[in-house]
Amino acid sequence: MSEIFSASDWEKVWQYRSTFLLGLGNTLKTAIFGVLLAFLLGILLGLMATSSKKLLRAISRVYVEVIQNTPLLLQMCFLYYALAFSNHSLNIIITGIIALGIYHGAYMAEVIRAGIESISKGQFEAAESQGFGYIGKMYYIILPQSIKIILPPMVNQIVNLIKNTSCLYIVGGADLISLTYSFVTGASTGGAYAPAYLLSGVLFFIICFPLSTIASKWENALKKRERDTIGANKKGKVNVA
Amino acid sequence: MSNLEGSLSILKNSAIITYLLKGIAFTLILSALSVLLGILIGSILALVRNYCTSRRTKVFKLLAVIYIEVFRNTPLLLWIFICLVFCPSPTMFSHALFGLTSVETKLLFKAAVALILFTSSVIAEIIRGGLNAVPHGQFEAGHSQGFSTVQIMRYIILPQAFKSVVPTLLSQVITTVKDSSYLANLATIELMSRVKTLLSSANRYNGTGTINVSDVFVLFGVAAVIYFVINFSLSLVVRRLQKGRKLVPETR
Repeated sequence: MSEIFSASDWEKVWQYRSTFLLGLGNTLKTAIFGVLLAFLLGILLGLMATSSKKLLRAISRVYVEVIQNTPLLLQMCFLYYALAFSNHSLNIIITGIIALGIYHGAYMAEVIRAGIESISKGQFEAAESQGFGYIGKMYYIILPQSIKIILPPMVNQIVNLIKNTSCLYIVGGADLISLTYSFVTGASTGGAYAPAYLLSGVLFFIICFPLSTIASKWENALKKRERDTIGANKKGKVNVA
Repeated sequence: MSNLEGSLSILKNSAIITYLLKGIAFTLILSALSVLLGILIGSILALVRNYCTSRRTKVFKLLAVIYIEVFRNTPLLLWIFICLVFCPSPTMFSHALFGLTSVETKLLFKAAVALILFTSSVIAEIIRGGLNAVPHGQFEAGHSQGFSTVQIMRYIILPQAFKSVVPTLLSQVITTVKDSSYLANLATIELMSRVKTLLSSANRYNGTGTINVSDVFVLFGVAAVIYFVINFSLSLVVRRLQKGRKLVPETR
C-alpha cells in the first residue's frame, strides 16, 4: 500500500499520461455512442412494448428478457468471437458500442415502457379524441409527461453503461481499465499499481458521481412530490366524506 | 453442417459437462455468498448512513457515504484488479481447494472479496430505500412504548424495511449472477470463464481441428441458456412477489 506515496511510481504514471488519456477518450467514445444506440433501441422497443399489436409486444418482451437475463460479458464475447471466427472482425471499440448498446437498450426499453405506462389512460383517449395520430399523440402528449419519470433511471443506466465499458477488457479492449491494466503489467511500465489504479478510479468517479447524484436527487424530488399529492388527495377525500 | 455436428459433439463429452457444471456451481455459490455478505455489510452501511447524524457519530456517516459512493461510481473490474494486488489472502485459501489449483483458490478468494465489497455498496442503497420508506411515526410510536433506539431498529424498523426491499434484493441477485462473470477476466473458475476456455481449445474436441463459428454459437449459446434459466426463474419470483404486494393496499 505504501506505493501510493512512492514518488517514482507517480512519475511513471505522469510520464505515461497519454496512455490514460487515450483510455479515457476511448471509454468516453464507447460510452457516448453506446448511449445513443441504447437510447434509440430503448425508444423503439419501449414503444413496441406499449403498442396495441400483440406481435410487437411479444418481440419487445423476448428481446428484453433474453438480454437482461444473460451477462453483458457473454454477449460481448459472443459478438466478438462470432465475428472473429467468421472473418468479419470489427474494430474493438465498434464491437463494444454495439454490445453495450444492445445490452443497455433492453434496460432503456424497460425504463421507457414504465414511463409510458405511468401515464393515465385518459390522456391517450383524450389525445385520440382530438384527432392526434400515433406519432403526434406520443410526441406531444405522452412522452413529455413521462419524461420526468423516465429521466432518473435513464441517467442511472448511463452511469452503468460507462462503468460497463470495462467489459471490453475480455476481448482485449482499448478502454481505460484495459489500458490501466496493461500499463501496470507491462514489461517496461509495470509495477506502479497503486497510483495507476487510483488514477483510473478517480477518473471514473469524476464522470459517474455527478450523474448518479443528479439521478438520485431527481428521484427523491419525484418521490416527495408523489407522496405530497397522494397525501393531499387523501385529505380531500376525508373532507368530502 | 459437419462443423455444427462437431461443435455439438463437444457437449457429449462427459468431462466437459462436469467442467461446466462445476462452473455453474461456482457461479451460484459465489453469487449467493456475495449477496448474503452484501446484505450484512450493506445493512450496517445503510443504518450508519441514515442514522449516525449526531455530532459525535457524524464521522461514521461520512465514511459510509464515501464507501457507498466510491464503489457505486467505479467499475467492478477495477476493484477486482485492485483486490488482486492489495487484498491479503489468508493461508486457508493458499492451497488447492474445491478442485481448483492453489493459484486459482487465491484468485477466487480475492475476486470474491471484490465482488462482496462492490455488491454491499449497491445493497446498502437498496436497504436505505427500504429504511426511508418506513414512516417516521414508527420511531415515535416505538419511543412512546419505551423501546430503546436499538430495540426500535431491531423489532420495528428493520423488519419493515427488509420486507419492502425483498423484490429489489432478489433482482440484485440476478445482477450479481451476471456480475460474477467478470471473474472470467482472471481465471477459469466460474461458468463464463470456463466456456471461454472451452472455446479456445474447441479445435481439440470438435473433430475438425479448427475453431469454427459454430463452436462460438454452440458454446456461448449453452452458457446463455444456463444464465437465462437461472436469472429468468429468479425474475419470475420477483414479479410474483411484486404482484402480491400491489394487491395488499387495494384489499385493505
